Amino acid sequence: MPDRAESAEVRLRAGIRRGLPFGLAVFLIALSYGVLARPVMGTVAPIVMSVIVFSGSAQLGSLAILAAGGGAGAAIIAGVLLNARYLAMGLALAPSLRGRAVARAAFAMTIVDASWAAASAGDGTFDPWYMVGVTVPQYPGWVLGTVIGVFAGKALGHPSSLGLDALFPAFFLALLFEEVRGRRKRVAAAGGAGIALALTPLAPAGLPILAAAAAAILASRMRP
Amino acid sequence: MSAVWATVLALALATAALKLVGPLFLGGRALPPTAISIVGLLASALLAALVVVETFGQGRSLVLDARALGVAFAALALRFRLPLTVAVLGAAAVTAVARALF
Repeated sequence: MPDRAESAEVRLRAGIRRGLPFGLAVFLIALSYGVLARPVMGTVAPIVMSVIVFSGSAQLGSLAILAAGGGAGAAIIAGVLLNARYLAMGLALAPSLRGRAVARAAFAMTIVDASWAAASAGDGTFDPWYMVGVTVPQYPGWVLGTVIGVFAGKALGHPSSLGLDALFPAFFLALLFEEVRGRRKRVAAAGGAGIALALTPLAPAGLPILAAAAAAILASRMRP
Repeated sequence: MSAVWATVLALALATAALKLVGPLFLGGRALPPTAISIVGLLASALLAALVVVETFGQGRSLVLDARALGVAFAALALRFRLPLTVAVLGAAAVTAVARALF
């Protein structure tokens, strides 16, 4: 991440360079989303969803419920729980945002996991322009992947036979590798993983991930 | 409105709302020091949770399947500082091969 004294343009460009491999990864995840979504949601709805929701976990999570015959209510609740971490991410980002409400809102809308984590300076502050830059390659990757997945799905075969369901955890693991530096972050990561595993059989989808935030609270009590 | 479109529209609004609450209502105010140190650790906790749930979760049960091999490959690749695309694509390839073999 460039120095905060650099111009917005320099930080934006550095973010875009950083985001290019993320763009390829989310393209492939969106491809599998498009393939899986078409039989359940038709051709238009998955593409519109990628354009206006732009969130892998909520889209794949709500799709799993609709595919299993669940109603809109259950699908919406699962999606909201899966994205509840954005509430924590937005609260964390807020003090780093300057300017009028419209400008702060525009920055906040570019929050996605990879960009938010990449723009975290590790001292509780964020570089908003860098975050926007990291999101820039991911958005077209996500939408284009969905379009191709929806229309080329039959030719591609079933996503799980291509191992595409391993893309999502591998992508998050790559983000985790770059994020975890130092003892407290290792404790937060191990604790978050433990909480999520323990709660998965007990709580609805999404809640175990949100509850993992408690590990950050516990780790913050440790000496650095 | 069909269940599909209700889901699409509701999640678009809810996702935007979740992202906007902090930046709109907290403004540019600084967080207290305890909150700052928690925030610095949030990404580690949430990313690790996403990794294990997406690797071992299947609905509400925990399973050990081909995904775990793929993610293990990604961990090795990242450990040896290979690029993200190699780790992620390799994870899919290893998972696909494991499924084809077993």
